[in-house]
Amino acid sequence: MKQRKSRLKIGNSQQIAPYIFVAPFILSFIIFFSYPLFQAILMSFQSVLPDQVTFVGLDNFKKLNNPSFYKALYNNFRYTIYTVIVLIPLPLILAVFLNSKMMRLKNMFRSALFLPALTSVAVAGIIFKLVFSELDGALMNTFIQWLGFDSQKWLYYPGLSMFALVVIATWRWIGINILYFLSALQNIPKELYEAADIDGAGVFSKFYKITVPLLKPITIYVLTITIYGGFAMFTESYMLWGSRGSPQDVGLTMVGYIYQQGFQYFDLGFGSTIGLVLLVITLGVSMIQLKFMGLFGKED
Amino acid sequence: MAEKRRWSFSTVLLLLFFIILAVMALFPLYALFLASIKPSSELFRYGLNVRLDFDVMTLANYKAIFAGEGGSTHYFSWYKNSILITSLFTVICLFLSSMVGYGLAMYNFKGRNLIFTLVLAVMMIPVEIILLPLYRLSIDLSIINSVWGVILPFVVAPLPIFFFRQFASGIPKDFMDAGRIDGCSEMGIFFRIMIPMLVPAFGAMTILQAMFSWNNFLWPVIVLRSTENFTLPIGLASLLSPVGNNYEVLLSGAVLSILPILLLFLMFQRFFIEGLTVGGVKG
Repeated sequence: MKQRKSRLKIGNSQQIAPYIFVAPFILSFIIFFSYPLFQAILMSFQSVLPDQVTFVGLDNFKKLNNPSFYKALYNNFRYTIYTVIVLIPLPLILAVFLNSKMMRLKNMFRSALFLPALTSVAVAGIIFKLVFSELDGALMNTFIQWLGFDSQKWLYYPGLSMFALVVIATWRWIGINILYFLSALQNIPKELYEAADIDGAGVFSKFYKITVPLLKPITIYVLTITIYGGFAMFTESYMLWGSRGSPQDVGLTMVGYIYQQGFQYFDLGFGSTIGLVLLVITLGVSMIQLKFMGLFGKED
Repeated sequence: MAEKRRWSFSTVLLLLFFIILAVMALFPLYALFLASIKPSSELFRYGLNVRLDFDVMTLANYKAIFAGEGGSTHYFSWYKNSILITSLFTVICLFLSSMVGYGLAMYNFKGRNLIFTLVLAVMMIPVEIILLPLYRLSIDLSIINSVWGVILPFVVAPLPIFFFRQFASGIPKDFMDAGRIDGCSEMGIFFRIMIPMLVPAFGAMTILQAMFSWNNFLWPVIVLRSTENFTLPIGLASLLSPVGNNYEVLLSGAVLSILPILLLFLMFQRFFIEGLTVGGVKG
């Protein structure tokens, strides 16, 4: 009798326990995610002043039709595309090299390439603001003079500024992405390559027929965080140009625009509207990804 | 049989290639360090350079920051705040996310798929979208300008939940049944049996979350309103003010700010890589 009772109790708790385990997420999701998200949608139809909230219909959305917003949108798209082009294939190939039998001192190089990731964007920003300084003796100008070009005012022109931003992203992210790819490479069974060797497959056909397909899930993951990081970029630009913004908005991003409108002009309604556009874009990108690639290579 | 390590031509080529890459990766950090032990007048005259000029080298920048000169009065408060926030954030985040990830991986319950979908949704949607309402919410909850204001909204993070779920999925459920037979409660199974098995995952996530928290910028710059409550990244950024850049303290401050996270990385490096490998996204 006693035995049965205790089994019942355990049975009960096995029903309840999972909900206790996931409770922190549910609470946090309600308080710090869905409620603010709901508020953001509401605020985008309002004019929000400290004591006065009025419904303004689509006014905030009409305000989106301005050069700064288009500039921010354009900058984000360019930055995201460039970072994807650089930060997916390059780390993948480097990881394959690092994983190859011919390579020596793997751990040392892996750590060396990872170290920049430990620095904050703030510190990276301080360094690269100096590296891309307009002074003749600054690192980047010294380098291009050595290549035979004139010194440049890097942070004043759209193309050069974008280059600086992509360099910072590459420097800080390449080591992390290499680690992701390496971890996936080490999970590929060696037998597959041995079998391919027996069939007489060459280095390149092994890479395309075995490595690339088996790295698909991790590639999708890295792609996702890179796209996400691209559209959410703010701090790099804040550090290079300061809180007052960049000349002709060369470094303005959507999040930078939210920050400017919300915390410098206190136009919370319009700031939320910009956020909604960002939401629509990221949802759109996720949908495209889901359609073409599946979700992290389909979980069970 | 002695191990034969032949250095083929391609090995040498690969090594050279990676040496160049490693130099490029470490070069900016080296340049920063070098600039920090030179007077800032050098920096203004020549820009950031890597000339090794032993005559001008000085520890003046470091003395300045310890003396609190040039706007760095609060530097060590920022340091303290950063350490406090990072420690609290990392510990709480790992504890709660491992619970959630474990719950999602090990139990079949109504609503499991819905909750997992929500985790992925939060992961996909940039938090930057809800910054403004979150700012108002933290005023309403009176956590604005405080340590908890920085921590609470993001402490249950989707990424570690996802990671712990992946990791726990690889653990056979037999361990849970064995625990139940031994009379362990469901919580007991988690604390006594599962946490020790999740150690590599904790190692990997400790570094990632501590890095995130130590380097976090956007939310802290919004929620922390007074100078003495700043964290290091915000404080350093505030030294880059339009009224005058205090490069002495900026450079030495930047170098000193890297040390704790570097130390943590060196300590946990082994777990970090191991954990990523085992818990990595599986196909």
